Amino acid sequence: MTGRDADLVSDLRSGDESAFARLVDLWSPAMLSVARSFVRSHASAEDVVQETWIAVLDGLSSFRGDASLRTWTFRILANQARRRGRDDARVVPAETLADDPSYPPSSFRDAADPWPGHWRSNAMPADWGPEDQVLSREALAAVQAALAELPDRQRVVVELRDVHDLSSAEVCEVLAISPQNQRVLLHRGRTRVRRRLAALLTGEEDR
Amino acid sequence: MTRAVPDDLTCQELVDLLTAYLDDALDPQSRRAVDGHLADCPGCQRALSHLRLSARAVRATEVEALDPAVRENLLMAFRRRFR
Repeated sequence: MTGRDADLVSDLRSGDESAFARLVDLWSPAMLSVARSFVRSHASAEDVVQETWIAVLDGLSSFRGDASLRTWTFRILANQARRRGRDDARVVPAETLADDPSYPPSSFRDAADPWPGHWRSNAMPADWGPEDQVLSREALAAVQAALAELPDRQRVVVELRDVHDLSSAEVCEVLAISPQNQRVLLHRGRTRVRRRLAALLTGEEDR
Repeated sequence: MTRAVPDDLTCQELVDLLTAYLDDALDPQSRRAVDGHLADCPGCQRALSHLRLSARAVRATEVEALDPAVRENLLMAFRRRFR
């Protein structure tokens, strides 16, 4: 067990309520994101998160620290969510980028060109302007809308990686997916967000 | 690790590798090929920057907090167990 986890666990076991509250506040948003990718309603997701924390409290006395406390907690969460989830038994095929390219094929020169596969001069990504503009309220609203429209599996990977700072290894473990699949889901999700930002900031689709 | 890519990577191939590149998940040869291409391709430099900016914008969105009533239930459950 890392020193940080050892301190945390001993604080919790000794009844330090503020330590528990901090942990709940810190991890629950990411837990909600994971739960929502398995269950249909927001209320069920809240239930899954609540049940997970109860299971964490119940299991704390036997926590050995083979995984980090966070990974252990998220493992419990994924199990709870799967049990309750809608399509637990469904095998989801691994995704590839082939059927959803990062940019439309028409952005690139064709085989007849001396530079096939390179940007067409009129299709190069356009300037997005200063970074404040990318982080403006309007842009963030567009990003939020793009996230809401993502397929569940893309959304949860993007949120865990880019919002909640989980490592790719943790995401693979929690969602039980391969590193390759994790990367494809992340790339596709980010790409859809990028498209939405590009449309807003340059007024053109896919630039 | 993603399999090795050719040294004369096209822009179309490169843009699909950018998330793997940012995650440092490319093998050394592919990474060199991507670095080499990026060094003199303004279009792909911009594609990389846009992907980074997109991730940064995602990070800046608001996160969803747990329902305060659920949170209160949990704190009560904690007190019951550990006090």
